[in-house]
Amino acid sequence: MILFVLLGMPIVGGLLAWVAGRVAAPSARWVALLSTVVYLAVVAMLWTAAPLELPVPGHWIARTDFPWAPSLGIRFTLMADGISMLLLTLTGVIALVAVAASWRSVTRLVGAYYLTLLWTVAGVTGAFVAMDLVLFYFFLELLLLPLYFLIAVWGREKRRYAAIKFLVCTQAGSLALLVGILGLGYAHDQAFGFWSFNYFDLLRTPLSPAMQLWLMIAFFLGFAVKLPVFGLHGWLPDAHAEAPVGGSVLLASLALKVGAYGFLRFLIPLFPESVRQGGLVVMILAVAGILYGGWQSYGQRDFKRLVAYTSLSHMGFVLLGIFSWTELGLQGAMIGILAHGVGTGALFAVAGMVHERTGTYELARMGGLWARLPRLGGATMALAMASLGLPGLANFVGEFLVLAGVWQAHPALAVVASAGLVVSVIYAMKLIQEVFHGPLAPEVGVIPDAGLRELGLLAGCIAILVWMGLCPGPVLRAGEPALRDLRNGGGAVEASPDWERGAP
Amino acid sequence: MLGWLWTIPLAPLAGFLILAVAGLRSRRAIAVIAASLAGLSLVAASIVGLSFMRHPPVGNAFEGTLGTWIQTGGLTIPFGLHLDALSALFTLTVSGVGFAIVVYSIRFMAASEGYGRFFAYMSLFLASMQMLVLADNLLLLYLGWVGVGLCSYLLIGFWYADPVNGRAAQKAFLVTRIGDAAMIVGLILLVTQLGTLCIQPMVARAVSLWPLGSPLATVAAFLMLAGAVGKSAQLPLQTWLPDAMAGPTPVSALIHAATMVTAGVYLIARLHGLFELAPAALAAVAWLGVITLLLASLAALAQRDIKRILAYSTVAQIGYMFLALGVGAWAASLYHFVTHAFFKGALFLGAGILITALNEEHDIFKMGGLRKRLPGVYGAMLLAALTLAALPPLTLTFNSKDLILREVWVSERGGPLLWGLAVAGAFLTALYTFRLMFAVFFGPVRTEPGGKPARLMTVPLSVLAWCGALAGAAELLSAFGGSEGFYRFMALSLPPMTAVRPAGGPLFLQAVSVLVSLAGVGSAYGLYLRWPGLLARLAAFPGTSGLLRFTRAGFGFDTVYDTLLVRPYNWVARVNARDVLDWILERPAAASMALNRILSRTQSGKLRWYAMGVAAGTVILIALTVWL
Repeated sequence: MILFVLLGMPIVGGLLAWVAGRVAAPSARWVALLSTVVYLAVVAMLWTAAPLELPVPGHWIARTDFPWAPSLGIRFTLMADGISMLLLTLTGVIALVAVAASWRSVTRLVGAYYLTLLWTVAGVTGAFVAMDLVLFYFFLELLLLPLYFLIAVWGREKRRYAAIKFLVCTQAGSLALLVGILGLGYAHDQAFGFWSFNYFDLLRTPLSPAMQLWLMIAFFLGFAVKLPVFGLHGWLPDAHAEAPVGGSVLLASLALKVGAYGFLRFLIPLFPESVRQGGLVVMILAVAGILYGGWQSYGQRDFKRLVAYTSLSHMGFVLLGIFSWTELGLQGAMIGILAHGVGTGALFAVAGMVHERTGTYELARMGGLWARLPRLGGATMALAMASLGLPGLANFVGEFLVLAGVWQAHPALAVVASAGLVVSVIYAMKLIQEVFHGPLAPEVGVIPDAGLRELGLLAGCIAILVWMGLCPGPVLRAGEPALRDLRNGGGAVEASPDWERGAP
Repeated sequence: MLGWLWTIPLAPLAGFLILAVAGLRSRRAIAVIAASLAGLSLVAASIVGLSFMRHPPVGNAFEGTLGTWIQTGGLTIPFGLHLDALSALFTLTVSGVGFAIVVYSIRFMAASEGYGRFFAYMSLFLASMQMLVLADNLLLLYLGWVGVGLCSYLLIGFWYADPVNGRAAQKAFLVTRIGDAAMIVGLILLVTQLGTLCIQPMVARAVSLWPLGSPLATVAAFLMLAGAVGKSAQLPLQTWLPDAMAGPTPVSALIHAATMVTAGVYLIARLHGLFELAPAALAAVAWLGVITLLLASLAALAQRDIKRILAYSTVAQIGYMFLALGVGAWAASLYHFVTHAFFKGALFLGAGILITALNEEHDIFKMGGLRKRLPGVYGAMLLAALTLAALPPLTLTFNSKDLILREVWVSERGGPLLWGLAVAGAFLTALYTFRLMFAVFFGPVRTEPGGKPARLMTVPLSVLAWCGALAGAAELLSAFGGSEGFYRFMALSLPPMTAVRPAGGPLFLQAVSVLVSLAGVGSAYGLYLRWPGLLARLAAFPGTSGLLRFTRAGFGFDTVYDTLLVRPYNWVARVNARDVLDWILERPAAASMALNRILSRTQSGKLRWYAMGVAAGTVILIALTVWL
């Protein structure tokens, strides 16, 4: 039941914020803030209730289940394991960041803004705990529509173009996914005589090799657009560049994660045979994304587009780790998901803070801001270092584990992917140089340095990154039983198992 | 002991955190915090080091594990420190030189803005460097390794308003990062093959699992070498160090001369067991070292900027250390590391005083005659220069280079060829060192220095210079029998070298190196002081000026990298900023727009056309039903 409460929190909170916004605009912010805080409190309650660290297989800590459309075998099933819990925690943190980051920059239709923002959070929450595939699909849509409005209503100059591009691309992917889900339900009906979209039923559904391949492709398209996988990423920079700050934060830190989660939870366990055959192609695409995203990021002239392309690079590492399907790779991918969520969310918040002060996202019109904004500069330096994988910060742990996991599966890919470490330095240094170093841009007047709210937000994010970078143990242990279950439910690429057993 | 051991890196780390978070205004408070925590680190290192020397612990190492960093999937990385003779040597040198230079910076940076930021970065650097040399596993070592790189980047670009500094800083970070990426691959290879990154058991396992010259050992050693080459500015990744001189001079002294750039030497010495399994990698170390030595010495001879001369000299001296490592002369290499840290640190500190006194003048040929004007600086720099040129008996530390030369001669991996090249390097070293000394301190006064240097700056300078000149005493005393020598101490953690060639009597080699050094000093005297006309006549030969430019620019490495890597990378990034793949993704949209334009023409409003369309459609449908 607690999952139901968790899901309802942002929905109700959004409605309340909307109502409050009609009465007095500033109160909507407080309502939104309060509901994210309560959301985090509920997540914390879940953590304390959960004996996650026991390495018991098949460990699900919470469950809400009732029939929804019984004739079609669709049920309203919400369940959470360690993976879901980590992602829900990220969702709460990011919701807080998004609310705080938009505090001053959104002045138009404030109530409606927070309504869309919180409903996006609700969609993400649902997607991370839905264990019925139709329900999962429903939440996926619930997540995309408010995001569309966030971009289209509160965005920048080219917002209509970006919003429609975002919607068309992701909907096209979703359509493929829907076909795949229906196909799976049909296959279940063929095998057992009744329709079901329950995750565990579908895991047991036998599929012919051809059927498995086609369904895998359908699922792949659905998730690949959202991650995004190299080649299908065209919507990402536009959506990020045009979205308001809160939209960028939600998009980068949460919406992309749903794609990664889909690969991890659904695609590989459901279609292990096809993945074993085609996994290498996906891993090559992942490596291409790492390098191409970093390279493209360096070429951008817009703060938010630059950060947007870094997402392609970081999510490439995540995808690589997931498809390595080794314990190290999966753990690395989980850390990578969390690290990218927090770090990139904070970088987008920085972009918003700089924009509030200079009125621009254009790098050419910034420069030398350290002289005016030393605190913001220091925080950005830390975030840029996290982004390039400085040891001691969370991304490094993720990248190291992913590379080690990939090495077990395909050493050559690990070698090529490690060039990503060089590429990331180039864009991170460019960001710092263009914004904070160099001579002070002439049009910059007297601007205030980061205030308490902004500093608190960034310091909190950096603290999380340092904590996960130096002490990733709790995160690793929380995800371990669930990831082991997934790997036992089906494997993608054979690892060399002797090392895992042999070495102390 | 655990507490003192961890104090060594954590004290400066605390300094960094305090300075970074508190945002202090008072310069005095900033200086006191930074210097006292650097001092605390030195005290802790001394306590641990002395107790190690007096009562070597069981297994010849102190261990201190604070907790677990990463543990998953059969992989365990602890937060563990390991202090043996090798790391004791490094930690003492780093904390000693580091403390001296932090004290020097208190006055040197007094007029600069960003005072707190400077000391925060310096403290973070000391913490990272100590972590690097004390780590008991390679991943923690890597944490320090990248940490010092970060601080180097931050401090080279410390005066951020000038884009030149920014470029130099980025270049340093990027070039060393190329080595770092190779090193990470090496780490992953080692951990997947050997199951651990804790250095002692890892190397032991490598020795028991891998035969001599096995491909895995060779690949792993070469990957580690790539990291070392980047950090220690050896061929082919040496290009960043001369540009790194854009940073404040104390930074050049501490990071780019005494400590960080020798991290590669430390890494190879630390993994000597692995490198001994890979003779090819060791040979590469020796040859890279000796070639770097010669090229950098020649480049130093062509520079006019005092800091660039010293930078190239640093590259060359690390070349000596690499050469010694490559022939298995572990102790000789580390001996040179210690003395180099002192005398090169002193030379840089002296250069910093000169540059400040001469109002930011860097060109040695615009200085001159400063012997009388700044006698204290002259004395200290002369002492350091004599040590660098290795001239006995004016300095006791002449032996640090002589030992390398001797061991290159006798080692089974060395030989007369490497020895001959190294001796040529010794000649060049003496030549460029005294070219600098004669140009700066002798001849007519070209620029009048303004003011006297502060005591807080001259004292650290003299201390380092004297340490450098006297450091050789340790080995000299043991050579004449009696006390525990440096070699005996290093033997606690490094194997002795196997000699295959008779040294031909110690006096023969000793005489050669002294004569060569004297010849270098004599040539410098002749060319730059006695007969300056000679050089002018030499420069008149056709092609000389081009050759000089080529040498001064560091033999065109920058141009090659620029043309082959940097410019294409920038070009693609710029041209493709709109993303060609996005263009592909937009084709369906464009196609449907085009289709829309075509179809919308049919909506012409002309009833006859519509009627014809309906009729044609009907006919086609009927036809289809009939014939299908």
